[in-house]
Amino acid sequence: MGKLSQRTGVIARKVGMMRVFDADGVHTPVTVLDLSGCQVVGRRTVKAEEFKNAAGDAVALKPKKSRKNEGKQAKPRAPQADGYSAIVLGAGAAKAKRASQAERGQFARAKVEPKAIVREFRVAEENLLPVGAKISAGHFVVGQKVDVAGVSIGKGFAGAMKRWNFGGLRATHGVSVSHRSHGSTGQRQDPGKVFKGKKMAGHLGDERVSVQNLQVVRIDADRNLIFVKGAVPGAEGGWVEVRDAAKAPLPKDAPMPAGLMQAAE
Amino acid sequence: MNLIDTLEKEEVARITKGKTVPSFDPGDTLRVNVKIKEGDRERVQAYEGICIGRSGGGLNANFTVRKISFGEGVERVFPLFSPTIDSIEVVRRGKVRRAKLYYLRDRRGKSARIAERAGGAREEDFVGAEADSAE
Repeated sequence: MGKLSQRTGVIARKVGMMRVFDADGVHTPVTVLDLSGCQVVGRRTVKAEEFKNAAGDAVALKPKKSRKNEGKQAKPRAPQADGYSAIVLGAGAAKAKRASQAERGQFARAKVEPKAIVREFRVAEENLLPVGAKISAGHFVVGQKVDVAGVSIGKGFAGAMKRWNFGGLRATHGVSVSHRSHGSTGQRQDPGKVFKGKKMAGHLGDERVSVQNLQVVRIDADRNLIFVKGAVPGAEGGWVEVRDAAKAPLPKDAPMPAGLMQAAE
Repeated sequence: MNLIDTLEKEEVARITKGKTVPSFDPGDTLRVNVKIKEGDRERVQAYEGICIGRSGGGLNANFTVRKISFGEGVERVFPLFSPTIDSIEVVRRGKVRRAKLYYLRDRRGKSARIAERAGGAREEDFVGAEADSAE
């Protein structure tokens, strides 16, 4: 965050894992991420600006519904500043009837199809994109590092051994019924309590997890896929956010402000 | 079709371009020509032995080749579609009744022999696409 030339990230769907061979016979485990359908549905700006939808038409904010305006010729509201710059991306198709009225209004205003998932990505002001722009796999460059965030697979209520890699108790030497227990949780009458944050059994997984510095091994521009080295949080078919790595330099040939789909389609 | 299956098929097609992977079964004697890189020079070394098992499917298929080298048993596992494999030749087809010939590990000499299989139907060789003339 806070990088001068910050580009937008993308929303991708995790397709699954496979392996890729290179000419030397070295094989790399990769996760295939599908970028298709990733579209800009809105933007947040530092200064107030006119909202332009996907067709390029300016759309004013609807007048507020209130008793004061009743019966009057309502004036459209002036655009509001957001105070920060970001791109709102949407991906995946959602049935219009499944979207809430508010969401439907937002999508209609932007003139885009209803999306299954919507996320904001902070960007530098010069890297803002017009609403309706579709991001392609060419946004990333082979060899660059990316950070991937997603919701990990839920494991339910897990014991201390699975959740915190505790060793458990011994198999013999008088241990009964508690081979997989966590053991002691503290001292005696002083302090007389279990310290907060003590690692114990509880819910594992189904939380947001980021993996940093995964290498982009291959890009399939035709299918809008990127192949990322290693594993990515979440189940197959789940949504993940892919960003330029925060802790690695961006390659010079990375497209600025973003790699977009050609308008020819 | 599942996208991952499609991608794996394409990867197989890419690696086997201009190559033929013969069909073989456990019990067959194989000569595997392996590309070896020494510095910036590349040469091909043959590794000959009995295929004692196959595992995996599609792009992830492997096969194990066992041979006795200087009195010591050696087993090597090759990915079937590894780019380091120059070619595979089937030297002899063997008649066996198991899919995994791990019992050969406990045997030496005469008892480790495998009878030759006479004819019979066999699967077709896997022929990769023709290599680009530019390559």
